[in-house]
Amino acid sequence: MVFQNVKPAAVGRGLVPNVFDIAAIVLVFGFLVLIAYGVDQADGSLSAMAGSPISLDAWHLPEYALRTTLRMLAAMVWSLAFTFVYATVAAKSRRAEIVLIPILDILQSVPILGFLTFTVAFFMGLFPGRVLGAELACVFAIFTSQAWNMTFSMYQSLRNVPKDLEEVSQSFHLSPWQRFWHLDVSFAMPGLVWNAMMSMSGGWFFVVASEAITVGDTTVTLPGVGSYVAEAIHQQNLYAVGWAVLTMLAVIVAYDQLLFRPIVAWADKFRVEQTASGEAPSSWVLDLFRQTRFLRALSLMITDALSGIGRWRLRLPPVPRLTFRLPLSTRLIDGLWLAVVIVGTLMIGFEVVRFVGASLSLADVGEAVGKGVLTLTRVLVLIALATLVWVPIGVWVGLRPRVAERVQPLAQFLAAFPANIAFPAVVMLIVSFNLNANIWLSPLMILGTQWYILFNVIAGASAFPSDLRDAAASFHLTGWRWWRNVILPGIFPYYVTGAITASGGSWNAAIVAEAASWGSHKLTATGLGSYIAEATAAGNFPRVVLGIAVMSFFVTLTNRLVWRPLYGYAERRLRIA
Amino acid sequence: MTMTTASTATAEKLIDVQAVSRVFPKANGDDLLVLENVDLTIRSGEIVGLLGRSGSGKSTLLRIIAGLSSPSSGVALYRGKPISGPPKGLAMVFQSFALFPWLTVLQNVELGLEALGIDADERRSRALEAIDLIGLDGFESAYPKELSGGMRQRVGFARALVVHPDIMLMDEPFSALDVLTAETLRTDIIDLWVEGRLPMQSVLIVTHNIEEAVLMCDRILVFSSNPGRIASEIKVDLPHPRNRLDPVFRKLVDSIYAHMTRREEPKTTADTGIPGTGVGMVLNPVSTNEMAGLLEALAAEPFHGRADLPVLADRLQMEADELFHLAETLQLLRLANLSEGDLLLTDAGKIFTGLGTDDRKKLFAHYADETLKAVVAWARYAELFAFDENADMFSLENPE
Repeated sequence: MVFQNVKPAAVGRGLVPNVFDIAAIVLVFGFLVLIAYGVDQADGSLSAMAGSPISLDAWHLPEYALRTTLRMLAAMVWSLAFTFVYATVAAKSRRAEIVLIPILDILQSVPILGFLTFTVAFFMGLFPGRVLGAELACVFAIFTSQAWNMTFSMYQSLRNVPKDLEEVSQSFHLSPWQRFWHLDVSFAMPGLVWNAMMSMSGGWFFVVASEAITVGDTTVTLPGVGSYVAEAIHQQNLYAVGWAVLTMLAVIVAYDQLLFRPIVAWADKFRVEQTASGEAPSSWVLDLFRQTRFLRALSLMITDALSGIGRWRLRLPPVPRLTFRLPLSTRLIDGLWLAVVIVGTLMIGFEVVRFVGASLSLADVGEAVGKGVLTLTRVLVLIALATLVWVPIGVWVGLRPRVAERVQPLAQFLAAFPANIAFPAVVMLIVSFNLNANIWLSPLMILGTQWYILFNVIAGASAFPSDLRDAAASFHLTGWRWWRNVILPGIFPYYVTGAITASGGSWNAAIVAEAASWGSHKLTATGLGSYIAEATAAGNFPRVVLGIAVMSFFVTLTNRLVWRPLYGYAERRLRIA
Repeated sequence: MTMTTASTATAEKLIDVQAVSRVFPKANGDDLLVLENVDLTIRSGEIVGLLGRSGSGKSTLLRIIAGLSSPSSGVALYRGKPISGPPKGLAMVFQSFALFPWLTVLQNVELGLEALGIDADERRSRALEAIDLIGLDGFESAYPKELSGGMRQRVGFARALVVHPDIMLMDEPFSALDVLTAETLRTDIIDLWVEGRLPMQSVLIVTHNIEEAVLMCDRILVFSSNPGRIASEIKVDLPHPRNRLDPVFRKLVDSIYAHMTRREEPKTTADTGIPGTGVGMVLNPVSTNEMAGLLEALAAEPFHGRADLPVLADRLQMEADELFHLAETLQLLRLANLSEGDLLLTDAGKIFTGLGTDDRKKLFAHYADETLKAVVAWARYAELFAFDENADMFSLENPE
């Protein structure tokens, strides 16, 4: 199993918030409010969907699975396009960078499922009464779950392009377009592929959650595995849930073997490493394409055509370097730019307050924050529990290469599996045993995300240098002393990476986990997730905006106050070079 | 080569650098003068070497000519036109090879042609020709990481040759290679040059390796450091292939060594003058182990306290540059003296080599303690850091 330890996007930047972070928060929420406001005005555009009803017949599942997968791929294409443009502009223009990067930082802490309300309403408004609007909304939801970390990864790569290769491109007169493909994209490829893989893994969760959604009194149902599960919950059909789980297993295995494994094996050549070291990732599909004559010819034809794109000597307009030949110093232009950003932020901020303040009072804010604290407690307790369980197991597995070889793909697979498909089983148990929903719904939040901790710890333990292990053994370091002085510091950077992903995912999952249902039984755990879910169901846009804002605030706060310092410490002190 | 040097006087002026200076801003806001008032012409048919110690600005000059950097004052002309951006007709070979790891050998070589918009067939045939010429046959589809260092630099050469440049710029092209590989590659390049099989008209090579410069160049420009200036120009009229053991060759190398250790101050008596002193003098970060090692080597067989620098460098397998730093520090400590390309052990140095580890430490501690007091006082004056004498604590906060 090939594992690259890639820096999680959430910790890439500095700790202290600055004026641009605030501007970013305001801009992001201003945009949301704008959409919500537009939808409010065009009342009635949320007409009922004329989609075919979902059938629980298992024979429909392959078709549903295909449609779900196509939505994923469509979103991935958009994410890539977005990544290329956004990351390039941010990396090449200093003035764009100071606005774009904080926005990205805030965007990735906004709970994606909260977005759904707006996007469904927005896209349905664009295409009233047609399936296309709902499809676009769903694809957009997946896009928002995939794009940000890919963009961050590309941006970070672009900032670190080796200087000598940059000079070669200059000195051999590559045009900006040629340089972009030959140098920028190629150099960013390993990080991009890894992040795309993580994005796809996370994406299954959101595709399932966004296929069947109710906004106000409109229910949108798109044919897909997610809708199938929603219908099964509605009809209390546990067999159908079982079939859906099996289908999803098959889909994820196929996607891993047929798409991602080959891409990872192919992308191995982009790793900037001057010596051939370690075991190269392999893929039987890629080997098949490389070794079978017909498939080889086919793939050569396609790669030739694709690499032809990179050879165009297209003269791109030099990326936004506005060179006014005015007698203005750069400092003055910077000042003007800053003024524009601040004035824009103030205006939008004023609108946000006006929109939310029209129907909500300070008491509502207090309620949302209070529920946020409850959800925060859940997330922290669950991460702590998952740590206690999975760190020892991960270390045990990681130190045994044979076992790790088998367990690691399984852990990654479980991380990709959309846990919300399995929710009904748990909800049914809670209903039949009459358990306290406030406690027993909570584990659902971490059901899908705990695996990030496991596979990162396994990766860390596998990468732990064997000479250090030997040294520890020869000095008779055992028991607690061994854990404290040898292995825990060794895996800590990896653990933090996993925990960041797990905690971010748990916040998102809260929106579906804290308010679950089984047929007519509705279970609710008090928290920010259920607050947003209820506001969405009621079509109460101001409350949704408030809920999302508070959740983003909590996510950003935990990132800055807990994870970034931990990650910084791990990077500085505990990274084994 | 005699034929080429003879014709340089009348040959075409390719590069003309006039009164170029280059200033880099330092972190603390000051300016660092790297190149000062440098003139240089390169005509067709010659190999010109820029020889100097690290930090002498020779690479900066090369980068200005390559169009990767621009002069702070003065002009650099290529065929009479000012250089702004990399001019077509110049191709560069990089010290770090700078190959694209995700492209095969063939694709790397084709890269420069792609940028020129040459069609696929011609691109392929020219690239194969260059690969063939440089001795990379059979490796066309290999990736750089599969190749040894020497092979990788051959790709670097092929990539530069294939665009048929007028001038090839080489930035320490052999210094990342091991000794044997570097020698083979150097010889191959020189052979191709002498046989007239290389497309370019001139070569400009930056190096800190004295023997390499004498082996390859028709003309050597020796740089002095801080700021970088051309200290002298040396013509090499030996015919190729040159023999390192040829007495004329050895004499030339010796004289350049002497020249480079002497630096600006031409006459210094051993006791009073130390080269490079002044307010701009910087203590090189030299390891005490290396100093002790060098003193011991100097005291022992076969040197008995006096060694010829090139011989010493060869014996200790050190770069000339490293050796200079070490020797100068020893001179500063009055443990050894530099004169005419030789390193001499002083009486203090002899005593030092006779001491055991603990006594050497005591000796150093005595001087280091005294020096530290001066350094602290000076650094506080310069507001680099603060020092609280009561707490014996240094701090970077509010240097007063």
